[in-house]
Amino acid sequence: MIPGTFDYHSPDTLDEAIKLLNDLGEDAKVLAGGHSLLPMMKWRLAEPTHLVDISRLSDLDYIKEENGYLCLGAMVTESALENSELIAAKYPILKDTSEVIADPLVRNLASVGGNIAHGDPANDHPATMLALNAIVVVCGPNGSKREINIDDFFLGPLWTALQDNEILTEIKIPIPKQYSGGCYIKLERKVGDYAIAACAATLDFENGQCISAGIGLTNVGPTPVRASDSQNMLVGTDVSDEIIEKASVLASETSQPVGDHRGSEEYKRGVVKTLTERAIMKAKNRALGGN
Amino acid sequence: MGNLIGKAVKRVEDNRFIKGEGKYTDDFNMKNQTFAMYVRSPHAHAKINNIDISSAEAMDGVVKVFTGKDIAEAGIVGSICGWQVDFKNGDTMKEPGHPILVADKVRHVGDPVALVIAEDKYIARDASELIEVDYDILDAVVDPKAAVHDGAPQVHDDVPNNKIYEWEIGDKESTDTAFENAHHVTSLSFHNQKLVPNAIEPRAALGHYDSNEDKYTLYTTSQNPHLARLIIAAFVLSIPEHKLRVISPDVGGGFGSKIFAYNDECGILWASKQIGRPIKWTADRSEAFITDCHGRDHVTDAKLALDADGKITGLRTKTYAAMGAYLSNFSTCVPSYLHGTLMQGLYTTPAVHVDVTAVVTHTVPVDAYRGAGRPEATYSIERLIETAAKEIGMDPAEFRKKNFIPAFDGVSQPGYQTQVALQYDSGDYEGALNKALEVSDYEGLKSQREEARSKGRLMGIGFSTYIEACGIAPSAVVGSLGARVGLYDAASIRVHPTGKVTIHSGAHSHGQGHETTFAQVVADAFGIGMDDVNVVHGDTENVPFGMGTYGSRSLAVCGSAIMKSVDKVKEKGARIAAHKLECSPDDLEFANGAWTVKGTDKSVGFGDVALTAYVPHDYPEGEEPGLDFASFYDPANFVYPFGTHICVVEIDKETGEVEILKYVAVDDCGNIINPMIVEGQVHGGIAQGVGQALYEGAVYDDSGQLLNGTMLDYTMPRADNFPMFETDHTVTPCPHNPLGVKGIGEAGTIASTPAVVNAVIDALSDYGVKDLQMPLTPQRVWKAMNNNGKL
Repeated sequence: MIPGTFDYHSPDTLDEAIKLLNDLGEDAKVLAGGHSLLPMMKWRLAEPTHLVDISRLSDLDYIKEENGYLCLGAMVTESALENSELIAAKYPILKDTSEVIADPLVRNLASVGGNIAHGDPANDHPATMLALNAIVVVCGPNGSKREINIDDFFLGPLWTALQDNEILTEIKIPIPKQYSGGCYIKLERKVGDYAIAACAATLDFENGQCISAGIGLTNVGPTPVRASDSQNMLVGTDVSDEIIEKASVLASETSQPVGDHRGSEEYKRGVVKTLTERAIMKAKNRALGGN
Repeated sequence: MGNLIGKAVKRVEDNRFIKGEGKYTDDFNMKNQTFAMYVRSPHAHAKINNIDISSAEAMDGVVKVFTGKDIAEAGIVGSICGWQVDFKNGDTMKEPGHPILVADKVRHVGDPVALVIAEDKYIARDASELIEVDYDILDAVVDPKAAVHDGAPQVHDDVPNNKIYEWEIGDKESTDTAFENAHHVTSLSFHNQKLVPNAIEPRAALGHYDSNEDKYTLYTTSQNPHLARLIIAAFVLSIPEHKLRVISPDVGGGFGSKIFAYNDECGILWASKQIGRPIKWTADRSEAFITDCHGRDHVTDAKLALDADGKITGLRTKTYAAMGAYLSNFSTCVPSYLHGTLMQGLYTTPAVHVDVTAVVTHTVPVDAYRGAGRPEATYSIERLIETAAKEIGMDPAEFRKKNFIPAFDGVSQPGYQTQVALQYDSGDYEGALNKALEVSDYEGLKSQREEARSKGRLMGIGFSTYIEACGIAPSAVVGSLGARVGLYDAASIRVHPTGKVTIHSGAHSHGQGHETTFAQVVADAFGIGMDDVNVVHGDTENVPFGMGTYGSRSLAVCGSAIMKSVDKVKEKGARIAAHKLECSPDDLEFANGAWTVKGTDKSVGFGDVALTAYVPHDYPEGEEPGLDFASFYDPANFVYPFGTHICVVEIDKETGEVEILKYVAVDDCGNIINPMIVEGQVHGGIAQGVGQALYEGAVYDDSGQLLNGTMLDYTMPRADNFPMFETDHTVTPCPHNPLGVKGIGEAGTIASTPAVVNAVIDALSDYGVKDLQMPLTPQRVWKAMNNNGKL
């Protein structure tokens, strides 16, 4: 790798990191796991003059349930998520997602926070976080802290609600109810590739009826896409095969894919339907006690 | 013979490789070394109006910037084409120039226009971005067939209609007659797509001119250091050969792409003399994508003629083969002598005609890539065979058996003369097919397919029965066909005073496991341990003039040279032993590491004889001391491995994804020295061939931009794309080399591509799909299903 010239900063505390970002302005980029930023620097598509490395901030590395939420520190690695017993038992959709990101070497370093903060609609966690109705916790200068609803976080390709002097510190996910299930299904040309398309689905059931649904789509729009019509179709039903079919068609219609070497628009819409169908089916099984 | 041949001895080289401690070109450094970066054209075709290097030259830490003007003034020509293939009408092949740095007009994305040399690689990169090139962008042509049309953009002024040659082989008249009289004709058209080799180690060079010694040294990523030295010294830079040492240390894969003496490496060596300091250059991956020679890129129409009985009566192909923008060293022989000559396959086809037009396009040069011509030929044949069998309603295995050349051993029965110049050495094609049918349980597979289909699942079975020609030779024949080099190999065996042995090999190992296989052959022959033998390769100062490693030739050709040296050691050893045992050499037999007087227990060991050779106190009169022999071996013929591969796939109806459920490979590479290494070669080869069938391919837009020039975009297959391969073999020894070996390096790649495509087409038969263009991506398969096969 022969990137452009940059200064490297390795703060010891979160406050110090935020101060650096605040002082350095837009020429600084946060370096977490580095697996989105470094490839861009390698190609000189990104040439930040300062890198603020937050990988030593161990207080951002935790997976815990607290006050009704699953709280993921921003520096939790994909492999930590993949191997967590708590995640496997209660949040299999997160395990599904981590497992299909890149390859094990990357997952050992890449962080869940970075995957979201990078704002790439081709990344896998964003759609999952949409389906899970996550909240993004962000810290800024002078001890400021705000919570951003995931629906307000992604603004465009590589563009999020994060300010230059803010750091994404935590992701909060509501603890699932008794009859809840979710899953993430990705179609890729080869292991480790960006998705041709992928679908994250979550369902909550009460008395056999779906009371809420989350459908998020990867890499079929300028931001991760929430398939609201599809969600609405499911809520208040028993999520029969017929309903699933209809909801999947709606997801396909909501998606905004662009043709590229991963597939034409027509093909991507086709597979969004298929993936949504499969994801809802699997989420339903998981919610109702299957796998 | 001893007890090592045929044993799955673990690879001795893996000790360093597994630990990440191999020593590659980029691992070497020299005192006072500088770093180079090539500035490359972002356009496929453009006139250069001006190059402004002033800002780059002024940058701190920049040592020197060269442009095409400097190269032209120095009067240096670029690398050469090593094989002359003339037009069928007798006209001479077109050989456009290939400057090391382009001064006037760039001809593919990646064509170098300047060379920046700096104190470190970061400065070199930064400075390279300061070079301003004023281009007039011109129209480009990337499609090999479109390139010959009148009015198509011209790549070189001196290559009218972009045609390098128009070549043919076989009998046109009898083939025409076969088609006129055919009961059934099967026709297919393919684009055997352009592939990027993607060796794990990018190309690199560390060049140095030592003015005190008046001598050049070049560390480089070459599959054949002697050939590189010959081309660079004698043809490109006009350096006396003895004043250039080429060292090719550990090399991280080549797949053909490191056979060639590239301009880039020549430029580094030349520049090192100009600046008086060593220069290191290491390509990055993006650079490799647009400068390592690509493979394939054939556009082919293929036809097969059958009689009413299902016998093949004729085969005809017409191919437009892209050379890319310039002629790489062996580009011209790939679509001609390595492709057309294989077009009879392993069938009795009585009339064959192959017509090839080689063209230049505004793309990265094309040259040999694992298989080189033979995969393209096999793809054409095996797709035709399977399609024809379907069309006439015959089982593809039965159809093949009906048309196979009968078994012949090449000893008691003569070799088989084809319609396209080759004489096959030995083969039992039906034997390999039968074994594959048995190993795969073909009957069981067919029932499974029926059952799957009855449940609406798309399962398909595909065959590929292939033959290939390896160890290309003999030199006199290839010379008469236009080769400008010989195709022998060389090896020396140095027995040390204590009976340890060093093999100096002309073949270069860059993944093939020579350090193991060659040691195994020699240790076996001398009845000594594997640990008693080491293999030296890759340094022109230390190894005899061998032609290197490509075309699955190392064991068949260099291994034979090794055996010649083994025989010489044994012969002289016998004379020394006879002296010690006070008998005639004729009274001795050699076994288990010792010479024994026949019928007695009087013997003398290999180590004793070696010591005596170097401490010749009590020694045969007139005998030279020492036990050290070099040999050259020029084969009598090619070797012809063959086999049957069977692929079973299932297609996801909704996404178009192809899953390989089962893959059976039965290969016949003659005698097997190390079955583990053979199996490894087959595995890697299959993976690469499946890559072409399902995933890979260089995608260009109309302006000549490579759209998938990164590992992110280019779809290399990965381990999870494959099932566990089931490999087996039959053994039909080569009748004309001492070890009876053929070659296995390319077999998997040659065989697997059509096997996979045949399986996918079989799976799609309910959709009326007769053919699909590679790679069979999910999207392509999905479209075929969703448009009812009408594409």
